[in-house]
Amino acid sequence: MLHRLRLDMRRNRIAYLFAVPAVVLLIIFSYIPMYDIVIAFKDYKPTLGVFGSPWVGLQHFRDFFGSIFAGQTIRNTLLISAYSFVFGFPLPILLALMLNEVRFPKYKRVVQTVSYMPYFISTVVVCGILKEFLAYNGLVSTLVNNLFGAAKQNYLSNARYFRTIIIASDIWQSVGWNSIIYLAALSSIDLELYDSAKIDGAGRFRQIVHVTLPGILPTVIVLMILTVGSILAVETDKILLLYTPLTYETGDVIGTFIYRRGIKNAQHSYSTAIGLMNTLVNLLLLFLVNMFSKKTTGESLW
Amino acid sequence: MVKAIGIKKKRRASRGERALDITICAILFVLSLIFLYPLWQVIVASVSDPNVVMKKAGMILFPEGWQVDSYKIVFDNRNIKSGFANTVLYMLAGTGFQYLITLISGFSMSKKNAMLNKPLLFFMMFTMYFGGGLIPTYLLLNKIGLMNNWLVLILPHGVNVWNIIIMRTHMQSIPDSLSEAAYIDGANDASILFKIIFPLSGAVSAVLILFTAVSYWNMWFEPMIYLTERNKYPLQSILREILINNDSNMLTGGLRNTQHIRQMKNQSFQTLVKYANIVVSTVPILVVYPFLQKYFIKGMLVGSLKG
Repeated sequence: MLHRLRLDMRRNRIAYLFAVPAVVLLIIFSYIPMYDIVIAFKDYKPTLGVFGSPWVGLQHFRDFFGSIFAGQTIRNTLLISAYSFVFGFPLPILLALMLNEVRFPKYKRVVQTVSYMPYFISTVVVCGILKEFLAYNGLVSTLVNNLFGAAKQNYLSNARYFRTIIIASDIWQSVGWNSIIYLAALSSIDLELYDSAKIDGAGRFRQIVHVTLPGILPTVIVLMILTVGSILAVETDKILLLYTPLTYETGDVIGTFIYRRGIKNAQHSYSTAIGLMNTLVNLLLLFLVNMFSKKTTGESLW
Repeated sequence: MVKAIGIKKKRRASRGERALDITICAILFVLSLIFLYPLWQVIVASVSDPNVVMKKAGMILFPEGWQVDSYKIVFDNRNIKSGFANTVLYMLAGTGFQYLITLISGFSMSKKNAMLNKPLLFFMMFTMYFGGGLIPTYLLLNKIGLMNNWLVLILPHGVNVWNIIIMRTHMQSIPDSLSEAAYIDGANDASILFKIIFPLSGAVSAVLILFTAVSYWNMWFEPMIYLTERNKYPLQSILREILINNDSNMLTGGLRNTQHIRQMKNQSFQTLVKYANIVVSTVPILVVYPFLQKYFIKGMLVGSLKG
């Protein structure tokens, strides 16, 4: 065995050499921080280092779950995920179905290109536009005031609208882009199926119901399972850019809370503990969903 | 009689279909307007007269009045200039570094007869599912002295496991016969990679490079927490100070023209300058992406096939 390994090392020495930079980088930037997670169970002091800091057991986890922040951040994370899923998941499918029915190739191509456009605007710029448009004297406030006579207000500092703003702007940015995968699935449906449906006397509506929808169903199921598996992994960029203490109540999620406590307030151990809990729950969810998916659809991640 | 019914039925069906066509085209038209309008409003307002814009406050479909001083101020802003320069530097260095690592480690892992192939794959994939998280990474980068050093944006992103796996899958799909012939001629792995495999990896490389470049273009969070000096900020971090934090020093950026200084005292003119910043930093990408979109689409499909 060892002999064979030595032969293998000699024969593939250049190929293995090529893997060395990646291995070294991963050890430094991924595996060392992984070990440093132990500070979640310690009271980390920069002067004492990871080794020297005293153990505190599960103290930080108890602190988090004993505080009002646990309920608030977990609730916000779950709600933002759930609403994004309910509203954000079906829309790319609908868009793809509509694009698929357009019989003027040029029109279809133009609409598609236009629908990808928001995806290429950077997150910071999208948030900058939102901030201007949603300001007290901004576009939205003025329009709502003119049309419905509602009092002017700064929508971004109203906690009631924060989640809606985050989710709606996310959908605006990604619906076109996310429709690509469904369009690909649609274009791989066998055209003969449509022909035989036509011979059977099916109109366009019934072709959609009996050929198109079953054709993309596998893609829909796989993506749905993946989305459910990452329900606790909310994208924090936009929230970090747009939230204020006025909107923490509805907008503060686990990821933003970790950033605020860990980096701004330097409560390193405490936020590492919350981060660890978050990662583990995500991992567990992914495993469960993957197992479920393997059993029911035969599709899985690994 | 029977014939007549048949014709009638057919016509009704086709009328229904035409209604469907028209409805769908109309909905898509409205959707397109929704995708385009926000940026259109920003562009139109950025060249309008600030006082008219303030008075109107609602939708502006076409420029009201005309001025381009807002753009002159953006182009005079030394923060924007340094931000652009930094972004280009980080993008080139980061993308180049990550691509090189992806190429060589993808090749290394694509060797089917190598015994360490499986353990290596596990070693890499493990980091996709489990990691130290924000704080331990932050503490480490602090400890090894990368704070306020622009390499902090490059080195930790060197290994992109996802890209390596895509590269590996692509390389494994290249027929073995090509490299076997070269082995017989006495070539070693290095020359196989650079003379045979690499020239056959153009399309995959373009896709991976494009995605990495976009992620560098969008980067703002890491520069914010790791870079302390503003003159090292990439464009997006500068834009964050201007658009989100309302930093007026960043917005004016060492303005010397006295007329412009006077104009900047006007609150609504400042908003237009913000808009001009948005246009200047966004339009270059929007001009380019329609020509590159087939690569993006390919990349997205390659990625989802793996997943």
